[in-house]
Amino acid sequence: MRRYLVRKLITYVLAFFVGVSIDWGIPHLMPGDPIQNLLSRFDLDSASYAALYKSFAQSFGLNVPLWQQYLDFWKGVVTGNMGISIWDAPAKVTTLVFGAMPYTLALLVPAIAASYVLGNRLGAAAARRKVLDNTVLPLGYVFQAIPYPWLALVVPYLLGVVWHVFPTAGAYSETLLPAWNWTFIASLLDHWFLPFLTVFLVSLGGWSIGMRNLVIYELENDSSRYLRALGARERVVRRYAYRNASLPQLLGLALALGVVIGGNIVTEIAFHYPGLGYLIFNAIENNDYFLLQGIFIFIVMGVLIANFIIDLVFITVDPRTRLSMQGATA
Amino acid sequence: MRPTKSATSRRWRATRYGGAAVAVLALATASACSSSSSSSSSSSTSTTSPSPSASTSSSPASSGSVTSFPRNETLYTSGTAYAPPSNWNPLDVGNFATGTQGLIYEPLNLYNPITGAYMPWLATDTPSTGWQGNTYVIDVRSGVTWSNGTPLTGADVAYSINLAVSNASDPYSANVATVAKATANGNTVTVTFKGTPGYAEFTDYLWKAPVLPEAVWSKLPASQIATAANTSPVGTGPMSLDTYNSQEVAYQTRSGWWATSALGLSFKFKYLVDVVNGSNNEELGQLTADNIDWSNNFLPGINNLLGNLGGSSVYGLKTYYSAAPYMLSGNTVWLEPNTSIAPMNNVNFRRALAYALDPSAIAQAVYGGIAKAASPTGLLPNLDSFVNQSVVSQYAATYNPAEAKTLLASSGYHGQTLTLQVPQGWSDWMQATTVIQSELSAVGINVSLIYPQASARTANLTNGTYDLALDNNAGLDSTPWSYFQRVYELPISKQQTAQLNWERFSSPSDWALVQEAGTVSPTDTTKLDSIYSSLEKDFLQQQPEIPLWYNGIWFQGNTGYWENFPSSTGTDQYIPAMWGGYIGAMTTVYALANLEPNPKAP
Repeated sequence: MRRYLVRKLITYVLAFFVGVSIDWGIPHLMPGDPIQNLLSRFDLDSASYAALYKSFAQSFGLNVPLWQQYLDFWKGVVTGNMGISIWDAPAKVTTLVFGAMPYTLALLVPAIAASYVLGNRLGAAAARRKVLDNTVLPLGYVFQAIPYPWLALVVPYLLGVVWHVFPTAGAYSETLLPAWNWTFIASLLDHWFLPFLTVFLVSLGGWSIGMRNLVIYELENDSSRYLRALGARERVVRRYAYRNASLPQLLGLALALGVVIGGNIVTEIAFHYPGLGYLIFNAIENNDYFLLQGIFIFIVMGVLIANFIIDLVFITVDPRTRLSMQGATA
Repeated sequence: MRPTKSATSRRWRATRYGGAAVAVLALATASACSSSSSSSSSSSTSTTSPSPSASTSSSPASSGSVTSFPRNETLYTSGTAYAPPSNWNPLDVGNFATGTQGLIYEPLNLYNPITGAYMPWLATDTPSTGWQGNTYVIDVRSGVTWSNGTPLTGADVAYSINLAVSNASDPYSANVATVAKATANGNTVTVTFKGTPGYAEFTDYLWKAPVLPEAVWSKLPASQIATAANTSPVGTGPMSLDTYNSQEVAYQTRSGWWATSALGLSFKFKYLVDVVNGSNNEELGQLTADNIDWSNNFLPGINNLLGNLGGSSVYGLKTYYSAAPYMLSGNTVWLEPNTSIAPMNNVNFRRALAYALDPSAIAQAVYGGIAKAASPTGLLPNLDSFVNQSVVSQYAATYNPAEAKTLLASSGYHGQTLTLQVPQGWSDWMQATTVIQSELSAVGINVSLIYPQASARTANLTNGTYDLALDNNAGLDSTPWSYFQRVYELPISKQQTAQLNWERFSSPSDWALVQEAGTVSPTDTTKLDSIYSSLEKDFLQQQPEIPLWYNGIWFQGNTGYWENFPSSTGTDQYIPAMWGGYIGAMTTVYALANLEPNPKAP
């Protein structure tokens, strides 16, 4: 057990190092110069341009050689200072990221969790009943095949513009200020629902199709037949089949939750939802190295932590993992 | 809050939240899932629906500020901000939050593009009286106080000018390049120059640059004067910063604004909230839902929503003009040829481009009547008095495909494909490129269209790595000087960083004329007219840029809560733009003070 964890931990530390280095490098490969782009919004002559370029380069820490910037970046990762945003100068990257993160988490975690639970149930049920299989499955295929950007246009158009049931943009009403009172929370929920619904719908199809196929496979394999031959009731067989079919789904859930931290760019742009995906979009548009790096750091950490947790979860839910570990330590 | 209003809004809210509650409940039941947030949300929604909309309950933590803005006392604006507000430094002109210049910081004069006049503001004199030979005397208004209570003095004005003189990080330093120094004596500031004053540039300083509080700025390190965030701004303007978050910035009307007693101006709204933009479609939705009162968004087809029901718009929307072109003109969009490479370095080719393109057809096809075709010189309509019409009629290359074909034969163009680039996502410009492509193709010029990211496109233009591009660097100004500076400035560097002469056109004689025009006293109109008509003639003959259309000062006012929006009729002829460079330089503050609550508002 300990050896297993230590081995895993070393892998994670290595992955973190590589991830952070790539995170630093990739934004610098974008075409264009962020300060040049920033100053194109000013109306300057050449002398002021040079002076202001210097001021901004200094304030962003871009006035030192690349290797120094790389070391500074690591220093920032360790101390939690990710620099200041270029797009939204001079806001701190950490302020922007932590300001946006609650919106993303509150949107995507429930959407993924709800679609996972409901999708798996529907899929498992479809595997057993012909009627359901003929209705749920095609519906699942439809939801999965719908291009998300199209759904993100049609749903707010119908429910927002045509029927005026839900607002279509923002995280809360423009007439309110963030505060912990019921009016504000109600407004949050009101604005949260449509983006939630679209993400929920498209994820639902995938989970249910996957589960249906897995359950059918499990119900027909030798262990299930053996169980039946022993005289077990069908309900017991199904329960075991469901549990076994859950393992690959669980892995998928872990990966989905790991990248949640990166937000969902299309959703957040379509609904003007101020989460991390919205930040990523603007950071790319504006060559904002620091904001991109700051968000990617969290994605790297999110994926690694989710993987680690799932490793631990697998030890408890999958006896084979447990057994193989016992074998290793014995 | 008035009881009627609160009742209506509560009913409206209840319906909407009711919908949410039903849907969330249905979902929670259907999924029977463990997601705690779904179930808790359904309970919180249902408890909220009957509760009154709270705008009166003030949060104890925030010092006296409200938790929501009373709708009838708030002006909602949009169309300016594309990033969360985080910066109130008026010298950070590319980043500051909407209203930093204009609502908080103010200039010495204003410029009114509609009358062409300069107006007194923090200075009681204007460029027409301020010049005394080779010095400029500023009479600083007395009775003006900073929002921290200390009076505005001549020393603040002199400090602001001297800061620009001594610190190149000040974006206005070019405007004071010829200034020796500014000296304050009480409320009189005397500006002396090194030799001949740069009249044109210094005049621009007077109405564009903010007057800064010396007590605050003198404490900043020299390298940070334009990059510090200044989140507790101290200004002389009509409003003070109330609060901000990632979606909006809110200002509160400040009592004791000098212009109330001096000019009889006052804001009838208590709060002004500027909303960070989403997409154009979203903003149109917000506007038609009465959530936005003043929109500076570009909303294609907005003219179709105006006055189509017997003269009164179903949405109560107003534009500056009630008929085409609906919008005032704000800047010139031109086709920018890279004149440093063949065949764009050939004057016949550039004139062939001009003959091949029909600005009216492009403007109509892309904007459907809300943008005007550019005149051949490209100078904005407010500068008409500077345009020599006989030069234009004699030399202008107006749409004539046959002539274009003739010129093309001797233009060094041999059928190669040229690229035309505009930034990805600028949908109207992208649409314009397809019209341009087909018009050029009709005379035999092959153009392929490319849409790089905005920053990559800026880099391409700066570095001269492009063939053709659309560009609108030349904005609204009080004289043609900055327009021609943009066209002709020399020398041409490897990187044309300053947005001047991006077409890389080298004409030393014209640049000499521009420099000369900058140093001619504004009273010597004979000389100025002769210089500008020479520049216009050269521009038309050499065609360094091909003006296509004028981008509008996009403005839609919603009369749901407020009335008396700027308009081309009567006494409301003010500039309707919250954009940086407009508010706090032109007459937007007059327009804001002119707004009245709509008595029929819910």
